[in-house]
Amino acid sequence: MSANETLSRRGFLAISAATLGGVMLAPGIRLIEIAGARAPDQPVSRQVRWGLLIDTNKCAPGCDDCVKACATENGLKNTGHPRTDAQWIRKVELKDMRTGRVSSVPVMCQHCEHPPCVDVCPTGASFKRADGIVLVDRHICIGCRYCIMACPYKARSIVFEEITGQNPDVPRGNGCAESCTLCVHRIDRDQQPACVEACTRAGHNAMIFGDLNDPQSEIAQRVAKYASTQIRADFKLNPGVRYQGL
Amino acid sequence: MKTNGTGALTGRIAGAICVLALLLPVLAFASDRVPKPVINIDKQGKCVEDTATMRREHPDMLKHQRDMTMHEGIRTPKYSLKECVGCHVSTKTGSVLGDKGFCQSCHEYASVKIDCFSCHASTRKLASGAKP
Repeated sequence: MSANETLSRRGFLAISAATLGGVMLAPGIRLIEIAGARAPDQPVSRQVRWGLLIDTNKCAPGCDDCVKACATENGLKNTGHPRTDAQWIRKVELKDMRTGRVSSVPVMCQHCEHPPCVDVCPTGASFKRADGIVLVDRHICIGCRYCIMACPYKARSIVFEEITGQNPDVPRGNGCAESCTLCVHRIDRDQQPACVEACTRAGHNAMIFGDLNDPQSEIAQRVAKYASTQIRADFKLNPGVRYQGL
Repeated sequence: MKTNGTGALTGRIAGAICVLALLLPVLAFASDRVPKPVINIDKQGKCVEDTATMRREHPDMLKHQRDMTMHEGIRTPKYSLKECVGCHVSTKTGSVLGDKGFCQSCHEYASVKIDCFSCHASTRKLASGAKP
């Protein structure tokens, strides 16, 4: 036991030394990158906090490229019942009545640090992953809709109809609550969420995705430099989605 | 004496009936009288474990992997349902379901309800048409 302990301690020290050495030897390599680049068999890290920054000045009213991209990626189909169809992301138009300024913003699950949907879930199906993504474990969800009522952002939906032809990466089914997953299957492959990719591809550049905890990332630098707000920040839920110019 | 002889005969007949009764299912199974699950494996080659282990333990493997994927983001292909489907879909129907589908034929035979595909895709990614 003690030999093992010594070994593991020694191993730990060796890894720490190697990590530090790596940083010192190659100044281009950042410590956070070493932590962020995750092997496929490694669990997600608590050091990462995924977030979105939406620049409302660049988000044009009437444009729904992000909504369409989300539907395609996640297999959200129009069942002919728009009032009850699942809605992972929607465009909301806000008008300041005093100045007349109209801003159009995409609203999706805000991936709160203290998510009310997780607090109220009676089965533990609604949970927050270590890297800050709020998800529904459909294996455990009983479809009670408590999370739908608890979410102040109206982000959750329930599926009312049988679904076929799902995207193999995005299992969805009747009777389960669901919401924006931040395209977790894409994030795990080091890709960006579909909405962000579509926004960038169309040249709008209104959405930035990244690690809020990484001071070198574009999102963290933008958030540090420019004023950004969280919707209903007074709830103190600390959402991972932030809006610029709102 | 006569009574004894009849008794012995009755005993022997009873014994024979018992043996026959025990043998019947075996005989029936050996012949083609009892339907067996159709297991069509279009893609030849080795699965991730040997056949006996896969038959007995695939539910546990899937359940273990599903929790790791869902909660920890570990998406290793070895025991993932997506990979199972990717390998075992029928070349004719493109699905693991259907009468002779790899999953459904056995599950129907064993009368075990298969819940996976009420949410998960039963086809390969390209066949589902979810991606343009």
